[in-house]
Amino acid sequence: MDTPVAIRARRITKCFGDVVALDGVDLDVAQGQIHGLVGPNGAGKTTLLGLLLGLAVADSGSLEILGAPVGRALAPPDGVAGFVDGPGLYPSLTARQNLAALAALRGLDRRSAGIDDTLNEVGLTDVANDRVRGFSLGMRQRLGLAAALLTTPRVLVLDEPSNGLDPAGTKHVHRVLTRLASHGTTVVLSSHRMDDVEALCSEVTIVAAGRAVFSGPLSKLAAENHDLDYRLVTSDPDAARELISAGPGVRLVEEAEAAMRLDAGVLVVRAQTPALDELVARLVTAGIAVRELAPVVSPLEAAFLALTEQEAGQ
Amino acid sequence: MTSTVAEAAEAPVAGARDAAPRRPSVARGYRFELVKLLCQWRIRVLILVCWIVPAIFVAAVSQQSSLPADTLFGRWMHASGWAGSLVMLGFSGSWALPLLTSVVAGDVISSEDRLGTWRHLLVAVRSPRRIFVAKTLASLTVVLLLVTGLAVSSIGAGLAAIGDHPLVGIDGHLLAPADAAGKVVLAWVCVLAPTLALAALGLIGSIALGRSPIGLLVPALVALAMQLAQMLPLPVAVRLALPGYAFIAWSGLFSSPIQLAPLLISVVVSLVWAVVATALAYLLFLRRDFTNVTHDRSARRAVTAGVLPLAALLAVTVLVLHLSTGATASGIDQGKVQRSIATAFAHLYRLQTKELNRPDVTEAQLRTSASCNRGGGMIASSGAGNDWRCTISWHLPDVGAATGTAIYQLDVSPNGRYIADGDGPQEVNGYFLMRTATGDAPNPLWQFDSVVDLLHSPS
Repeated sequence: MDTPVAIRARRITKCFGDVVALDGVDLDVAQGQIHGLVGPNGAGKTTLLGLLLGLAVADSGSLEILGAPVGRALAPPDGVAGFVDGPGLYPSLTARQNLAALAALRGLDRRSAGIDDTLNEVGLTDVANDRVRGFSLGMRQRLGLAAALLTTPRVLVLDEPSNGLDPAGTKHVHRVLTRLASHGTTVVLSSHRMDDVEALCSEVTIVAAGRAVFSGPLSKLAAENHDLDYRLVTSDPDAARELISAGPGVRLVEEAEAAMRLDAGVLVVRAQTPALDELVARLVTAGIAVRELAPVVSPLEAAFLALTEQEAGQ
Repeated sequence: MTSTVAEAAEAPVAGARDAAPRRPSVARGYRFELVKLLCQWRIRVLILVCWIVPAIFVAAVSQQSSLPADTLFGRWMHASGWAGSLVMLGFSGSWALPLLTSVVAGDVISSEDRLGTWRHLLVAVRSPRRIFVAKTLASLTVVLLLVTGLAVSSIGAGLAAIGDHPLVGIDGHLLAPADAAGKVVLAWVCVLAPTLALAALGLIGSIALGRSPIGLLVPALVALAMQLAQMLPLPVAVRLALPGYAFIAWSGLFSSPIQLAPLLISVVVSLVWAVVATALAYLLFLRRDFTNVTHDRSARRAVTAGVLPLAALLAVTVLVLHLSTGATASGIDQGKVQRSIATAFAHLYRLQTKELNRPDVTEAQLRTSASCNRGGGMIASSGAGNDWRCTISWHLPDVGAATGTAIYQLDVSPNGRYIADGDGPQEVNGYFLMRTATGDAPNPLWQFDSVVDLLHSPS
């Protein structure tokens, strides 16, 4: 049975005066999926997230969230929560007061609203009674996430949720989002951090100049992508270099090695996945140990750069 | 801080997670807005100031020998505890209320721009309409709290410092303490109407111009412009069509009979402005783009959706008032000035008679009349100016058929208020003190304020 669709957008267009922020964007997000939205600055990601949150209405096109069409009135659809451009918090209130105010606004009983649980969930219990004025960016991000979680959303929309977080905080947020998705919550997030997107998202949409230039699983993105640069460390670099030069489908990228100022023993090769597999087999057969083989940039990042540069070129 | 994460991430979220959030009511939004407003130190300071400073001012001035005689009722602050509150009311209409409404009504909107919390609020409340209503009601509540503070504080201090004595009205007649109390409270209630109009203009300014200081200061700038306009020789219909005229017209409550028409018209005009400006602010708010706060066309929007409709409202109001009242020109003419000063003189003559322990006379017995002109009769006797001169004549009932005369120089303002300065004879109105049985006392006929009813046509 197909997974129910949480978000379905068709030919969404949104203009601000003469600026076309979104130009016929399609988006499909399955329920319980963590969907990444990536693109360069000004690509239209925030506008798209704003439409999902009901902060704006599209000029044309259709948008359905959780099976219900989104109307023309400015109002967040039922079951949707999140933030764009950073969480909105009141600095003169404490973390707990911010959540309590939100709970009161949403008609939740303050005692049973799960404020303490939510603060605990995002790791802010120790600073629950501190004024938000003194919070770091990462703490604000986590409190923003807590505010979104408080309303038990079925669709969670987050703009740069890892912005300002340290590695532990990032891991923490990832764990929370993964757990939510496993319980059926659909998460749509935008990020400039490709490692975040790759770690969290099963599908991505790449937006460039207001258009969705790719939408689908990360694996499909990697498959569609052509040659990638890989960093290769072996037990015998000179022998490996000779073997690579003599073989088909793989070539040494010496200019990249020079540009990255790598150690003499580190090679950079460019190949598609099948040729790379074959190279590893040949190295092992020749008695050369492969100590490290990793893409110089991730497939997502490479695809992102290729697609967005192509779009910019057009 | 992150030590609890692992466990927490695995735990189900309790409480509200099981309950679907409801759409928040206006009442909840109102409470939230009120809490946010009252959390701000500047609002707290304003409330304290409005509840304390008027009391200090009235109590302090009441103890001084020099009174603010250039202010309506200022010269009577020693005579009645009710006068101090009216002095405060006059000051409030000019400065305090426009600035207070600027801070409150402007900030209730622009604080969200400043903090970047619009999107959060919209996602939480889920209805721009409810946000607008809640914010409007919350700012209205705080404005009412501030105005109530100004009124209660100044009345309390006046009564405590001077006492619940009769008040000399704007036309010199004496108001019994109970009558004075009712009219002082009514005067404060009347100025709520223009205050609401300014608050609504504050909403428009802050919605259209966001964080811009100009947006915040719209009520103060409008109030200043209206004050300047009131100083100009405008036709009566234009004067009454301005939303701030009720800040002046309340003084008509303290004449006998009450100058009701200007007061009622000005209150109605202010309320119409309040309603129209609030509706425009509402429309502007609904059309606001909450995803792209940096991309605004605020200046154009402020003109097309704010300034032009209000300019049209002003034009329509002027036309309606012109047609319905028949009022033309300045509303100040020779007949009105003569009638007004003769009435005030008669009332104050009785007061002087009483203070001098002379036998009481009635206004009817005095049969006071006045003959006024401008510039010694060289220019037309109408309009504002400081070159009015009046000769008052009255009968002296205890001296047979004898008549008395007294001279006054008048400085008449375009809004109808005037100061009459006695020019003699010395024993009647030529000196600021008079000798009474208990010592020297201020001479009520030496200098006094009164107001010409701009709409009333003398019979």
